Amino acid sequence: MTILEAKNVSIRYITGDFKDIGLKEFVMRKLTGNYHVTEFWADKDVSFTLERGEMLGIIGSNGAGKSTLLKAVSGIMVPTEGWIRREGTIAALLELGSGFDGDLTVKENAYLRGAMLGYTRKFMDEKYDEIIAFAELKDFEERPFKQLSSGMQSRLAFSIACLVKPDILILDEVLSVGDGAFRKKSEEKMREVISGGATTILVSHSLEQVREMCTKVLWLHKGKQIDFGSDVQGICDRYQLFLDRKLEL
Amino acid sequence: MFQTLKSYQFLFEELVKRDFKKKYKRTVLGMAWSVLSPLLTLLVMRLVFTQFFGHTTPHYTIFLFCGNLVFAFFSDSTNQGMTSLMDNAHIFTKVNVPKYLFLFAKNTQCLINFGLTLCVFFVFCALDHITFTWRFVLLLYPIACLVLLNLGLGLILSALFVFFRDMQYLWGVFTQLLMYASAIFYSIDGYSPQVQRIFLANPVYLIIKYFRVVVIDASLLSWHYHLLMASEALIVLGIGCWMYKKYNHQFLYYV
Repeated sequence: MTILEAKNVSIRYITGDFKDIGLKEFVMRKLTGNYHVTEFWADKDVSFTLERGEMLGIIGSNGAGKSTLLKAVSGIMVPTEGWIRREGTIAALLELGSGFDGDLTVKENAYLRGAMLGYTRKFMDEKYDEIIAFAELKDFEERPFKQLSSGMQSRLAFSIACLVKPDILILDEVLSVGDGAFRKKSEEKMREVISGGATTILVSHSLEQVREMCTKVLWLHKGKQIDFGSDVQGICDRYQLFLDRKLEL
Repeated sequence: MFQTLKSYQFLFEELVKRDFKKKYKRTVLGMAWSVLSPLLTLLVMRLVFTQFFGHTTPHYTIFLFCGNLVFAFFSDSTNQGMTSLMDNAHIFTKVNVPKYLFLFAKNTQCLINFGLTLCVFFVFCALDHITFTWRFVLLLYPIACLVLLNLGLGLILSALFVFFRDMQYLWGVFTQLLMYASAIFYSIDGYSPQVQRIFLANPVYLIIKYFRVVVIDASLLSWHYHLLMASEALIVLGIGCWMYKKYNHQFLYYV
């Protein structure tokens, strides 16, 4: 059963003059015909399908359009061309730290972030102690969030996020959080979530991780789809060659 | 629609809470400020304008308070609503949540403030020997219209603010002008009927007048008047909803 399907997805960003000019400049430039908008295709003609329980790894160098594609899959952005069809609930852990507020306490932030991830209040009431225990922040509950070290912040973020039980799970570089000990714990936890039967999309710069865990691979380069398929090892080998500059695209 | 709203109820509550906590963070008086600031405005206006208008207008303090009460809510709600989308840009670019939720949360906070001031207003009414009648219940109608108007303007302004930061200053000037055009400290009875008609185009004035008629004059307004109020608020709200629907997916590029 196809649970996620993307067909010829292209996403265009508009950049140029408009961002920094005010209303007066905008009107002036419109009148004088001096108003320029440049287009930038972050993704061009990307297609893939995922069946239930599959795990897709997205690889590619910086600026390949991975994060933009994930934003489109999670519904934050709409593809400029093409379409994406999805079945069931979706949880996108794009940037774990997003949505936290420095002035609120750890507890308040936990609830706020939980609400953003679509949890219910009842669920949070039940799981709150578990979250704090997992994040090892028992003594910091009433501290303002901004007083935590960045490692603690990401630990809290991860502990809240890993409670999700979606049909589709999107992970953008979240498998490596915190210090050594916590990293091990978080990886285990994430594997537990993944093995719960969710269809998963994983963005990772660690090729080992992709080789080991994924059943399909999508290789993007500067917005273009280089390869997609279930030949994980083959595609990863070619990507490795490309990284070693032995392969020209 | 209601299904979505229901599923975001928890987030909505948390956002309201967050806005509240942030607003009164490190203030000694906390929420008392939301009552104190309109009272101080009232005090100054009362001292300054009694000389000019106070002798001809009965219950001048309440007359002023009606204007201040409504206008403070209007100005608060629209000015804060305007920045609500930009202030939360870091959230809606990373998490898929309905963008109007931030505005709704801000407006709810302003509504609660308004509720507190309203209580003080009734205390003043009692002190000024105003008779409380069943007609006071009708005040819910202008309040509802005002909430819709604020929401509509909030939608329009917050959308425009994403594209043009100038809106902040333009709207600041506009609210100032509107304050003078809303007959807060004067009565429009002295103007010719034609000029009085122009005031009817100002929804804030309509609401202020409604308060005065019910509270001070203890009488009722025609159904035409009710209709006019509702349609002005709904037109603004309609434009706001349309803008959000149209630009919903474009805000992302501009933040």
